[in-house]
Amino acid sequence: MKVMNMVQSINQALDLKLKDDPDVLVFGEDAGVEGGVFRLTEGLLEKYGNERVFDTPLAESAIAGAALGMAVSGMRPVVEMQFAGFVYPAFNQILSHIARMRNRSRGTFTVPVVIRMPYGGGIKALEHHSESPEAFFAHIPGLKVVIPSTPYDAKGLIISAIESDDPVIFMEPKRIYRAIKQEVPEEKFSIEIGKGSIVNEGEDITIVAYGAMVREAQRAVVLAKKKGISVELIDLRTIYPVDRDLIGNSVRKTGRFLAVTEAPATAGMASELVTIVMEEAFLNMEAPPVRLAGFDTIMPLPKGEHFYLHSAERIFYEIEKLISY
Amino acid sequence: MFKEFDPLKSDQFQIINKDGKVINKKWFPDISDEDISESLKKMLFARTADLQAVSYQRQGRMHTYPPNLGQEAISVAAGMVMKDEDWLVGAYRELAAWLAKGVTLEEVFLYWNGHEDGSKRSKAKNTLPISVPISSQLLHAVGIAYTLKLKKEKAAVFTFCGDGGTSQGDFHEALNFAAVWKVPVIFIVQNNGYAISYPVKKQTVSRNIAIKSIAYGLPGIQIDGNDILAAYSAFNYSREYVLKGEGPVLIEAVTYRAGAHTTSDDPGRYRTKEEEESWKDKDPVLRIKKYLDGKGLWNSKEEEKLLKQYKDLVDAEFKKVEEYEPYKLEYCFDHMYADPPEDLKKQKIEYEKFLNRSGDLT
Repeated sequence: MKVMNMVQSINQALDLKLKDDPDVLVFGEDAGVEGGVFRLTEGLLEKYGNERVFDTPLAESAIAGAALGMAVSGMRPVVEMQFAGFVYPAFNQILSHIARMRNRSRGTFTVPVVIRMPYGGGIKALEHHSESPEAFFAHIPGLKVVIPSTPYDAKGLIISAIESDDPVIFMEPKRIYRAIKQEVPEEKFSIEIGKGSIVNEGEDITIVAYGAMVREAQRAVVLAKKKGISVELIDLRTIYPVDRDLIGNSVRKTGRFLAVTEAPATAGMASELVTIVMEEAFLNMEAPPVRLAGFDTIMPLPKGEHFYLHSAERIFYEIEKLISY
Repeated sequence: MFKEFDPLKSDQFQIINKDGKVINKKWFPDISDEDISESLKKMLFARTADLQAVSYQRQGRMHTYPPNLGQEAISVAAGMVMKDEDWLVGAYRELAAWLAKGVTLEEVFLYWNGHEDGSKRSKAKNTLPISVPISSQLLHAVGIAYTLKLKKEKAAVFTFCGDGGTSQGDFHEALNFAAVWKVPVIFIVQNNGYAISYPVKKQTVSRNIAIKSIAYGLPGIQIDGNDILAAYSAFNYSREYVLKGEGPVLIEAVTYRAGAHTTSDDPGRYRTKEEEESWKDKDPVLRIKKYLDGKGLWNSKEEEKLLKQYKDLVDAEFKKVEEYEPYKLEYCFDHMYADPPEDLKKQKIEYEKFLNRSGDLT
């Protein structure tokens, strides 16, 4: 098997789907000739031509709105928002139409659109290039929201997203675009949307993380192990719908819960996860469930982002507090 | 046509004047007298449906409704020009165009009366549901047109917004994308004078709306939207133009919203009776009637009979809506997802437990 990073595995998935299905289209700002600012769509225009892989003028609302039009007329667009921080002009199209068209038309029209966007901090980028706005999308009925944390999962999940008849927001943790490499099968395979995975089995505490925070949590698991604490680490992989059973089963076993996210704490995914834990495992809890989310502040510029993004040490600090509660 | 009627010179394309006299023979559409009589009948039907809808609303039998009164010529003309393979991407004031595409009046009333089944439009050909957020639908039209071009299908996309919609970013993005992609979209702006209460003169300092096409590099034309022959002629010409692969067209159809924005609106708060009166002799129904009368092609006695017949038809459609099966809990859930999440199923089950509870909660 070939060793790939996430940029390569998603590129390969797009390549396979473009080859597989003539209705698949890939486009966005700089997504054609340049291959995207992260080079994720590199080589696809040359291979599939500029009618199916192309650059667009710089207007996110138009990208999303046109994608809906293409989808209701039979295509499967996979569009790129250059950064999650620039998706907001498209928000009305996503919320008011892409998410609603199926229900509005009672199933006459479906919107098989995938909206990809790099998100999250840790690459010392400019303002608006580091936020984690996944909760906005998880809050919109009609969408599914996926965040992979490994090259393997990214490939399997984006293939499912493209094949899904429901619209999918596909958020890519750019901090680990190239930082993690693993063996990924070259052929087509898919991973079910809505299923998390257990990264590390453990007995004393459950951690749920997703995106780049999974890697930090993995490091915290090692720190905890040295102190004799056994951590069960779950990679959520899909933000909506949440794999409630996986979380419930784990917390009923461990009795302790820590959600680790980059996004601001208030009304965020970490809060949602805590709610699920309370619904599923209230009587099994040994300590109150805890959110280790971002501050309710603006994501700091690069000089300050280390305060905002959780390190393995910061996660381990919370683990110890929960164990000694 | 586009060269002859220059938006920079504020030319307006007209075939018959308000007295029903033909003032432009060159562009008189290639349709029969019967077709023209038929267009009047369609306007009368739409107007009857509209007036009845407002009346149902006043009787407390209908929710909020946006009347088309005074703007019927534009939708009827579009309906006559559109072919089955063409797409209709409307906003919410294109009643006759929807009907022409095969949407039933029952569905239209069902939607405005608060039921999603009205947007199913299952028998209609290539027609998107009503779109409430202003101008956002124009981009859907552009995306559909991209598919048509990619698949080399010979069809056009007719899309609509109002004068108010031309202030939205999506309007400008749609014109630009359609022009850059050179796709077959006919953008029709129903300039009815108002964005609810805000008059078009205050919305823009452009001398007209058609002129906005120039910067995006597509042809634009202002037409008299109350002249159904002008509307037919311009739409038909534009359809042929976009099918040649020349890219999109912008048509500003000048009309007047004779009614309220919706049944919740009171135009008396922002416009004068004098202004409303000044538009009465420009009414599209009156105009084409004068034209047909002049040719001895319209019988006013028959019109009374027709109107009675239409009213009965409309009432019968509305009766179906009033007798439509009651809204069921599953309607909230059934069409949210192709592959519905377990949590949604659970939310429904929880509510069913509440519905099927035993004991008295009051």
